[in-house]
Amino acid sequence: MAQVPGRSWREVMDTSHKADVPEGLWMRCPACEAMLYRKNVEVNLWVCTEPACQHHYRVSAQQRVEQMCDPGSFEPMWLDVSPTDPLKFVDLKAYKDRLKAEAGKVTQPDAILAGTGYVKGRRVTLACLDPNFMMGSMGSVVGEVLTRAIEHAHDSDLPMITVACSGGARMQESALSLMQMAKTSAALARFDDDGGLFISVLADPTTGGVTASWAMLGDVILAEPKALIGFAGPRVIANTVKQELPEGFQRSEFLLDKGFVDRVVHRKDLRSEIARIIDYAGK
Amino acid sequence: MPNGNNKPMGYQLEFEKPLLQLEEQIAVLESHQQQAGHAEDFNAEIKKLRQSHATMLKKTYGKLNAWQTVQVARHPARPQSVDYIGACVKDFCELHGDRRFGDDPAITTGFGRIGPYKVLLVAHQKGKDTRQKIACHFGCAHPEGYRKALSKMKLAEKFGLPVVTLIDTPGAYPGIGAEERGQAEAIALNLREMSRLKVPIVSIVIGEGGSGGALGIGVADRIAMMQYAWYSVISPEGCAAILWKTGAKAADAAEQLHLTARENVKIGTIDEVIDEPLGGAHRDPKAAYEKVEAWIVQTLRDLNRFKIDNLVKRRYEKFRNMGQFAEA
Ligand SMILES: [Zn+2]
Repeated sequence: MAQVPGRSWREVMDTSHKADVPEGLWMRCPACEAMLYRKNVEVNLWVCTEPACQHHYRVSAQQRVEQMCDPGSFEPMWLDVSPTDPLKFVDLKAYKDRLKAEAGKVTQPDAILAGTGYVKGRRVTLACLDPNFMMGSMGSVVGEVLTRAIEHAHDSDLPMITVACSGGARMQESALSLMQMAKTSAALARFDDDGGLFISVLADPTTGGVTASWAMLGDVILAEPKALIGFAGPRVIANTVKQELPEGFQRSEFLLDKGFVDRVVHRKDLRSEIARIIDYAGK
Repeated sequence: MPNGNNKPMGYQLEFEKPLLQLEEQIAVLESHQQQAGHAEDFNAEIKKLRQSHATMLKKTYGKLNAWQTVQVARHPARPQSVDYIGACVKDFCELHGDRRFGDDPAITTGFGRIGPYKVLLVAHQKGKDTRQKIACHFGCAHPEGYRKALSKMKLAEKFGLPVVTLIDTPGAYPGIGAEERGQAEAIALNLREMSRLKVPIVSIVIGEGGSGGALGIGVADRIAMMQYAWYSVISPEGCAAILWKTGAKAADAAEQLHLTARENVKIGTIDEVIDEPLGGAHRDPKAAYEKVEAWIVQTLRDLNRFKIDNLVKRRYEKFRNMGQFAEA
């Protein structure tokens, strides 16, 4: 199969096609266009089964914790922390209506699912963002739950593992969202002061205020293959610099090359990679 | 601009046009008076015009909406960091370079004295003339700017100097080099390190507080905004382009983003508003400098009362408590 074609920013950020994980027995891979048997892809951790493609689908936070943790070991926490509409924000649609519409798509109250679990027998605090809820954007709830998770890891002397998958800070909560960047980073500073281990996993996409805060503060940063990772969106950059963006720009492999991620890791290897880093850190 | 206005301001905001027209009329009468010597006649007329100008100025600025505030924050004649440094900082000793890649002119750092205090200053620079503006990318810093800021703040920590930051940026620069050199990582690191820096930090948003680019030097013990500054998660144009699908809805976005100083105080994202002279800092820069200097001196005096460990703890709690959510 051919190489994964580059997707435009609009395609990447378009939440309407987040049926990255579609219905039905059969599905067509959006990257290589091969016809795939759904069950096989699911067993393959939602990675395209074509050997040359290996497209990593976006997965919900619920699927992610199941993939990351030893079977049945994940215990969710802070499920009662839920979003409000502090600014009564209305664009083409009211934020409170958006929140209602998004709520039906996920199992947790906002774009984050956090708790404790075991990764190959090692107990961890885990927080995963959910691309199915407002594109994994960080507002007050994501910031609060993540901060509680970091504090929990700190108090319980557990490794902190995050999986970022986000369009950035949530516009509908404006400066309140912005300040979650400072809040989560401050919590990580305290964790770091006391020798806590923080492993940050970056999935497609990790952008904006999430990248520019906790996601880039891992002691070890892992990235799934070909994930879009950056501060500004490619289209904004292209409009600003008025030139062609380099091949593979802002993809995991590009960041690896530039020195901003430690390892690009296939989804099937994430658990074992995390386990051995925990061991090396002696946590 | 239509009907070339040769007033010193030389720049018209749409909502200020009636004001500027009065200013022009006053100027014309004043020059007539000098030429003709009919002092008394014109004096009465000038006085009347001045009164209506004062009334109109008060009325216009008494009810600026969010979008008008953004326009004032971006006014070309608005005082910039370089002006505040010139007016409020004695013996400024600029320190250049991040020791890693380069020296970003979009962020100025250096030692200086403000009132009785020796401080380390960190400030966005937008540039005054075209050449400077291009060099500063109109106030949009690169990773090396944030890294320079951090390395000098560490210096301040080492020598026990409080840090004063002046924020004025549309946002961090969105470019190829900026991404290659880790714009996100540079900002992230500043957030983490500022949160635990063991010296007092005070920040003022003097003009534009654009998103992570602003916060990257804005994790402080006390945060103030000038009355007509804005501070938000995204620029109104950027927000409008994404949520309204057109940048033309920037005024609506500005309103919804609650980006003014007063709104930010209300939601607890900043501490204080520094009132500007009537009609904005650009109408009376000297008054603005005095207010800013007085605020910095007073705030540093307040913060000096705290033991540093206590201050850092309070800084943590301050950001820890930001955000609004429901909990069963
Ligand atoms: Zn495929």
